[in-house]
Amino acid sequence: MSGRRSHRSGAGRRFGHAAIIVAAGLFLGVFLLLPLASVFVEAFRQGIQAYLDSLHQPEALAAIRLTLLVAAIAVPLNLVFGVAAAWAMTRFEFRGKAALGALIDLPFSVSPVISGLVYVLLFGAQGWFGPWLAAHGVKVIFAVPGLVLATVFVTLPFVARELIPLMQAQGSEEEEAARVLGANGWQLFFRVTLPNIRWALLYGVLLCNARAMGEFGAVSVVSGHIRGLTTTLPLEVEMRYNEYDYVGAFAVASLLALLALLTLALKALLEWRYRGELAAHAPGGH
Amino acid sequence: MRRRVLPGLGLSLGYALAYLGLIVLLPLAALAWKASGIGLHGLMHLLAEPRTLAALKLSFGGALLAALVNVFVGLLVGWALVRYRFPGRRLLDALIDLPFALPTAVAGIALTALYAPNGWLGRWLEPLGIKVAYTPLGVLLAMVFVGFPFVVRTLEPVLQSLERDVEEAAESLGATRWQTFARVILPLLVPTLLTGFALALARAVGEYGSVIFIAGNIPMRSEIAPLLIVQKLEEFDYAGAAALGVVMLVFSFLLLVLVALLQRWSRRWAERHA
Repeated sequence: MSGRRSHRSGAGRRFGHAAIIVAAGLFLGVFLLLPLASVFVEAFRQGIQAYLDSLHQPEALAAIRLTLLVAAIAVPLNLVFGVAAAWAMTRFEFRGKAALGALIDLPFSVSPVISGLVYVLLFGAQGWFGPWLAAHGVKVIFAVPGLVLATVFVTLPFVARELIPLMQAQGSEEEEAARVLGANGWQLFFRVTLPNIRWALLYGVLLCNARAMGEFGAVSVVSGHIRGLTTTLPLEVEMRYNEYDYVGAFAVASLLALLALLTLALKALLEWRYRGELAAHAPGGH
Repeated sequence: MRRRVLPGLGLSLGYALAYLGLIVLLPLAALAWKASGIGLHGLMHLLAEPRTLAALKLSFGGALLAALVNVFVGLLVGWALVRYRFPGRRLLDALIDLPFALPTAVAGIALTALYAPNGWLGRWLEPLGIKVAYTPLGVLLAMVFVGFPFVVRTLEPVLQSLERDVEEAAESLGATRWQTFARVILPLLVPTLLTGFALALARAVGEYGSVIFIAGNIPMRSEIAPLLIVQKLEEFDYAGAAALGVVMLVFSFLLLVLVALLQRWSRRWAERHA
């Protein structure tokens, strides 16, 4: 009886495996790959020349420059914060550590719209600092500083989240040894800690940058949509789409899709090449 | 004593706290302060508005449903990627994170183009009477899209570390494949599935960019709560926008606490039956 059972289940099992693989592949194909493909198909619907023309407009170029500028400010800020927070969280014991960890993760559970709204309430015309800023001629909301602040808020956890589990797992023996051998704090950080965390740091920066360049909701609230001045690439996509310039919208979107593909490729490369030097990303790993 | 060997507690903790205070706490304090401006009466009035209620219902109901869909699909996909070896597996695995990497506005217009009545998929669904774009179903679809990676990514390491001998023991005791899955493996996965559920839920509740294009934003029908906040801002109703923001934050916080409790309970249950 047991012989018949195992024989039957052998063929049945192989069929079951194939069915699961096909179902998963089909789902991923229709649900993830098709939207990605449609971006490029729609962008090239009227040919390569129309595609290039729609990208070679002053607003598109201004949006590219602004997106790069915002990311170039927001990412380093969160990089320094992430390293400082991870150092404090993993190298020392202090009261309220769990609360600090929760606070670092908080921006991930706040709606992007609310992430933008809070800065309008602080720096907008009716906000806490609005009148003071207006009196001194400083524009934050509907200007670049507001875009940077909203982007910093939504991308704040990325680097810290990548570093904390890794530095926790690595422990501090090497750093303590360097300390005993007479290294000062900065020598210790740059010569011992940084080489140990560099790939995880790069990984965090990669994810942080992807989100910073692609953020939509938060920057949409603080931007004011001033063409050529406060529209980042995702906002340019929205404005063109709402003006029924579909080829133009998808052309700009294709740039962002390329950025996403590049991010995924680099991410996969890092995971494949430096698996051991990256943190366990989810509970239960290692 | 040993902990004090390393330098930099004051600098790193001080910097981190000052940064968090300025970037996160001060702005959230402004939100709470502005929201309190409408008073209890104003809050009641806001929550009694049918349009607000409909939007909150769609955002939270849609997010709950989307997270649930993601638990099932995520389990299927995670299982296929971890347990089986097949050509293209690595590529599919890298593709899982696409919804994280693809900017939400891009996802939004791409999904709309696919599911619009004349789109690649919409033109096949329309004759079947299934309307996706500009309906609550479209909202759900976009929410499933943005939350999809969470369940798979939390599940993968746990599936990898699952002891095969437990399954083999169950099968040698005469359990069928399905019994082994349902009675041995699934209970071990429930706490992890709940983690993924909570993450997908939190993301979908507040999602804006990928939803607003496909939703069509018809009041009372396919209008999400974050969009209502944006509209209040555009009408310079700052207090109303802030109040709705606080309501959303409080609701999602309560939901996440509930999921955490469920998780604790399921973990204890799994330990007792292990």
